[in-house]
Parts: sequence; structure tokens; C-alpha cells
Amino acid sequence: MAQVIKYIFYDLLRTRFILAYTAFLFISTLAMFQIDSDSGKVVLSLLNIVLMVVPLISVVFTTIHFFNSYEFIELMLAQPVNRKSIFLGEYISVTTSLSIAYLAGIGIPSILFRADYSVYVLLLVGITLTFVFVSIAFLSSVLTRDKAKAIGIALLFWFYFSLIYDGLLLWVVYTFSDYPLEKTTLALIAFNPVDLARIIMLLQLDISALMGYTGAFYKDFFGSQTGLIFSFAILLLWIVVPLWIALRIFSRKDL
Amino acid sequence: MISFIRITKKFGKLVVLNDINLEVSQAKSYALIGPNGSGKTTLIKSLLGLIVPTSGEILFEQKSIFGDWKYREKIGYMPQIGRYPENISVGQLIDMMKNIRGYSDKTDEELVDAFKLHKLFAKKMHTLSGGTRQKVSAALAFLFNPPIMILDEPTAGLDPISVEILKEKIITDKTKGKLILITSHILSDLDELTTDVVYIYEGKVQYNNSIDALKEETNEKRLGKAIATFARQKELLNSITD
Repeated sequence: MAQVIKYIFYDLLRTRFILAYTAFLFISTLAMFQIDSDSGKVVLSLLNIVLMVVPLISVVFTTIHFFNSYEFIELMLAQPVNRKSIFLGEYISVTTSLSIAYLAGIGIPSILFRADYSVYVLLLVGITLTFVFVSIAFLSSVLTRDKAKAIGIALLFWFYFSLIYDGLLLWVVYTFSDYPLEKTTLALIAFNPVDLARIIMLLQLDISALMGYTGAFYKDFFGSQTGLIFSFAILLLWIVVPLWIALRIFSRKDL
Repeated sequence: MISFIRITKKFGKLVVLNDINLEVSQAKSYALIGPNGSGKTTLIKSLLGLIVPTSGEILFEQKSIFGDWKYREKIGYMPQIGRYPENISVGQLIDMMKNIRGYSDKTDEELVDAFKLHKLFAKKMHTLSGGTRQKVSAALAFLFNPPIMILDEPTAGLDPISVEILKEKIITDKTKGKLILITSHILSDLDELTTDVVYIYEGKVQYNNSIDALKEETNEKRLGKAIATFARQKELLNSITD
């Protein structure tokens, strides 16, 4: 597997996409720090960028990469190489390169401007989101043979989790506002990795006090040790389950 | 020895392989022939595990290949259309294959030399012509000296000189006792290269015996004629039973 990863990495490093992604994050972070010196506010602004951009870049880059390396995968499969190692090799290479780009892009300027610890939570959240959406993108890539269709499915996932889901959640909360919904919404949030990431992050910043009773309830749950462990465990499920299903499909796929 | 046991492959509603039973054994060379779309490539790809049959089993030295991958060490495969990562050079591709195979014995670079591929080592794969690509495919298939060779239309797209080089190479390897499986539409080539013939039509094996037996049965001297006669007889037979 190490040999396979080596060649995928070699291929990934030559695409300028990763470099452009790093540069984009680097410049945005740098700009934010120059506008505002309060690192809490900077992290909050960065959070909004991260929650939109990281999932989007992850799904688009992964699907494009997967279909571009179709020839490589086909070539490898005629060799004495396990299908599982090819698939996991692809996954590890893509997530690692995207994570490094993300770490460098946000991490380096933050260190330069001596940001507080909340930036490290942001880094962790961003990397977790990268892993989640690369998993989802791999799943949509193995579902179809058509590159355009796969990108479409992946984008639909992104669209759903970033925009549609929140709308639905708001609608539920609004319609049933006469009932105590704290626990229900808590459960519903677990079904969206982006929301989960957002809440973990918000509760690290001192703005949850502005969110009223519900905010206090969330602070009570997510702010605690168990809440944090719970939310990261759910995010871990969001990584493992799509990846596992994708691996199952890939190991029986015709090439 | 490789046995295909009741292999069926469906792509949606289309039945490509229909309950195929076939056994190929070491030290023999087989010509796999049949019209376009008869399922030759699908059969080969299912042996390599690139395609998973809908039902049935493939045994490689008495062991099922399903979920296995080690057995591919013993197979050299030359695809009909060689698809390679486009932005690496010929030299890098060959190095990569050596690394991935983890092959420690001396590699068989006879074809690399004969096709003068050393001159092209710095060239990127996407700049190569179709014929040159075929040469790279052939060189790669023979590189690791595998006991089983699977060649899917090896001579298609090659210039006459290269065809002769490749044919000579196949014949020398045949005499070394390798199992060779060739599909081709150029039957005069197969006449020289193979000892047995497997004729596939509409996803079924219609004929499987030595070339000499087929020639005798049909009273023809050339393989091409013999196959044509066989196909005609078969058709006649079918029209009667229908």
C-alpha cells in the first residue's frame, strides 16, 4: 500500500489545485487578521468561510481526482494489488494533501499573529470536515461511472448539508415552537456534520451567551466533556460510514 | 490451470457471458475467438478480477479468485486498449510497475530493447501514438516473466515489423511452457501462435479443442476457413433445430 500511496501523492502534488487552495486560505486568514486584531472575531469570520469552502473544495477536488486517476486504478487492478489498498490509498492521499493545505493555509498566519487556542479548535474542526466530505465524495464517485454525474451528486450533498438542511431544521423548529424541542434539535443536528462542526466551534467562543435559553442548553451539553466527545464521535461516524459503504461498492465494481 | 465454472455476466439486461464453462491448462496456448461483442474481453477481465461475474466461479490453481489478488503475480496482461496515467513518462511508468510488483528477480526486458523503448523513456504517455502505446503494453506484460500471459488483441495497431517481433516473443515464451491466452481477429497470426482454439459466440463457448482437430473436422487447411466453415455448420444446425 505504501508504494501505491507514494504514486498517488506524486500525482497529487503536481496538480496546482492544492497550492491554489492553500494560497486562498492563507490570504483570507491574513486579511482577516489585518482587519481585526481580536482573534476571537477573526476565528468567527474564518469559521463562516471554513464551513462553506472546506466541504465544497473537498467534494469537488475528490471527485475530479478520482475520475482523473481512473486509468491508474485500472492499471493497478490488473496487478497483484488488493482493491482495498488502492481505495484506502486514494483516500489517505487525498485527505492528507487537503488537510496539509488547510493546516498550512490557516495555521501559518494564525501562528504569525499569535491567535489564541480557539484557532486550534478551528483547525481540528476543519480537518474533520475535510475527512467527512472526502468520504462522501468517494461514495458519490463509486456510485456512478459518469464524472459529471458524480460531481453532481457530490455537490448535491454539499448543497444539502450547507443550505437545505438548515432550512428544514428552522422550519421544524418554527412549526413546532409550542413544544419543548431542545432534545429533538440536538438529535437532528447530529445528522448534519456541518452543523455539528459549527456548534462545536461556536461554543468554544464566548458568543453562545447571546443565543438565549437554547444556547444555554447547548452550552450545557456541547460545552461539557461528554458533549464534545459525543459530537466528535458522531463526526467520526460521518467519516467511517460513507467510506465503508464506498469501499463495499468499490470492491465489487466492474472496471 | 484456470477453470471457469458456470460464469454468467449481465450488464443490466444484456447477458454478455451465458453460463460459460471453460478450462485452460499450463503449457498450452489458446486462441480465444469470436465476433465483436461476443464476450471475449469480458471473460478475460473477469479472470483478472476487473469485472465481477454475476454468478459462477473462477478457480486459479484450484482456488477461487474472488477476494484474492495474490494470484495476479502470475499473470501478465496486455489490454486491448492500454489506458495509463497520462502525465507520467514511459520510464516512470516502467519503474512504477517494477516498484508496485515488488519483483526481485531479473526482469525480462527483451521487448523493451526490441521495441527500442529506451529512446522514449523521457516521453509523457499522452504524447504517444496508439501503436507505441501498444508496444509499451506488450513490454509491460512480458516484463515480470509471468507463467500466464493474457494478450487481448496484441497485434492490433502495430506496424508489421513490430508484429513480427511480438510474435517471435510469444512463440519463444510458448516453448518455455507458459500458458498463453490470445484474442485476435487476425486468424493467420493465431494459426502460428496457438495450439488450441476456443470459439465464443453469444456468450457461450461453442467450440473448444485443438486447432488440428478443428481443421480435420471441417476439412480445411487454414484456421480462418475452418472457423468460417464451423460457424456456418453451426448456423445450419441451429436453423434446423429451431
